[in-house]
Amino acid sequence: MNVFALKMLVGDRLKYLGLVIGIAFASLLITQQASIFYGYSHRIGAWIRDTSQADLWVMDEQTEYTEDRKPLTDTTLQRVRSIDGVAWAVPMWKGYLRIRLADGTRVQARLVGIDDATLLGAPPQMVEGSLADLHRDRSVLIDVDSLADLRLRHGLPGEGPRAVKVGDHIDVNDHEAIVVGSFRRTAEFFWDPVLYTTYSRALTMAPPERRQLTFVLVKVKEGVAMADVQRAITAATGHAALTGAEFEATSEKYVLAKTGILVNFGITIVLGFVIGVLVAGQLLYNFVVENLRYYAAMKAMGATNGTLVRMVLIQVAVAAGLGFGIGLGGAAISGVAMAHGGLAFEMDWRIPLLGAAAILVVCVIAALISITRVFRLEPAVVFKG
Amino acid sequence: MRTPTPTPPALPTQFAVQCRDLTKSFGTGANRVQALRGVDLEVATGELLMLVGPSGCGKTTLLSVLAGTLDSDGGTCRVFGEDVQGMRDGERTRWRARSIGFVFQAYNLIPTLSAAENVAIPCVLQGMPRRAAIERGKQALADVGLADRVDARPAQLSGGQQQRIAIARALVHEPRLVVCDEPTAALDHDNGKRVMDLLRNVAARADRALVVVTHDSRIFPFADRIAHMDDGRIVRIVDDPAASTAH
Repeated sequence: MNVFALKMLVGDRLKYLGLVIGIAFASLLITQQASIFYGYSHRIGAWIRDTSQADLWVMDEQTEYTEDRKPLTDTTLQRVRSIDGVAWAVPMWKGYLRIRLADGTRVQARLVGIDDATLLGAPPQMVEGSLADLHRDRSVLIDVDSLADLRLRHGLPGEGPRAVKVGDHIDVNDHEAIVVGSFRRTAEFFWDPVLYTTYSRALTMAPPERRQLTFVLVKVKEGVAMADVQRAITAATGHAALTGAEFEATSEKYVLAKTGILVNFGITIVLGFVIGVLVAGQLLYNFVVENLRYYAAMKAMGATNGTLVRMVLIQVAVAAGLGFGIGLGGAAISGVAMAHGGLAFEMDWRIPLLGAAAILVVCVIAALISITRVFRLEPAVVFKG
Repeated sequence: MRTPTPTPPALPTQFAVQCRDLTKSFGTGANRVQALRGVDLEVATGELLMLVGPSGCGKTTLLSVLAGTLDSDGGTCRVFGEDVQGMRDGERTRWRARSIGFVFQAYNLIPTLSAAENVAIPCVLQGMPRRAAIERGKQALADVGLADRVDARPAQLSGGQQQRIAIARALVHEPRLVVCDEPTAALDHDNGKRVMDLLRNVAARADRALVVVTHDSRIFPFADRIAHMDDGRIVRIVDDPAASTAH
């Protein structure tokens, strides 16, 4: 009866299309919204992932996220370096500063100061110039993905508005700097432009403070347990020593909770899920109920409940599978299409799996609810027309 | 709750159906309706018996009990010697698939399947491979004069043709008892006559019997006997359909 079940499903093309499109729409809602939420969440830790040379990040234990500056004493670096199991440790400065472009345009940007000698903690991909150019006097690197913000809005005399380029002079917190190169980074949750320079130059540009060190980046010696080194650092400095993944998780948790993104997006996802589930469930339920009289007739003619359930489940599996595939494809296409607009769309492998499971469960439940009506039917009901 | 009834002795083979003291009620309390009040009925092999009577007299209930689609509350019902009411659910389902052919008033043809596929359903339900069942279905359609419409869908056919498909479906698996519920109710005179001619020929086999529930007095002459029901009882059996028509 399996082939007949499929013919019952696809025979009425209009109803079949309606069913598949309904399930596809539900799947699109579920997977697209979940992917956007995942994308935004994942962007929170993008800068940490971009700074992948370090095993551990040493920071004030009250630091909540990547942009939360709670500086450490300068001696922290030496204490960390003295711990057994530490292969190397380098300082990093990070904070918000005012940038003044050559035409007077003012922009807020994040400045990252990396170790002068090793340049460890540098951005992942240079576009123009080289990392070694940071050794030149007053040098900074600019972020090519933020050129829309790093824009001379008025332009210099004789030229129109334009983006900052290599060779331009800019003021960083009233300290003159020269753009010597540009880099590309992974899209982040935080939107301000990022500039890189050396640690010592960052300290001269930053407002004077008693404590200036933002992070210590640590590489753990091979064969040494990470957890042991983390405990030793915390014991010696009183500061937190987090792996990249731990720092990322802490940042995500804080940002999602503090910004209301979790609640707002959570509501959107739940609504998308509920609407999707209701649409798919209702369509499938209607489909089965519309065919009840035929199931009842087959039951009278000797079809067992098992045969009827198998028929319905085959119909559900095909409609749900096809609808989910179309919906998932639609979500993926929408993600690609909107990527240039900065949409934080990222479809983690778990999203299709969970989405498929949700759609399948909903469809099966809807089908079983409706098929129970067949179970309860006395086959004699078919004689009543 | 069904009243326990002693198993009756085996019936002579000339009886296709033998019912004794069948009772059936629906609902409880003030809403209780006694649909069958001790029905005794026999149908011989090769016979076409019509059940007639006013709406609500119990015709369809009796037909449902005979076909094994409804439990009676009491009494016994044997169809070709088998105690229908004594069977368990699964056993009765398999028995229906094997032994009963159904013709419904509303045809109940699946609109998305072709005529041959609709007719093949009883064979597939008995485990026959789909292709073989469809071939058997085509043959059954040829037997009812629809050899040229095997691929047509029900919506492409007239009411009379649809009912002939339903008859082919009822006969394709060679059942011994065919039950028909108002087979001509939705048909005009010509189509009704054609359908009854078909059913009349079907009943002409010695190893088979037909029970037809109907309100349609035009088809009374096709019956071998007519059982008149009223208020849950068989009040009169007419051996001469012509006389019944006159009545």
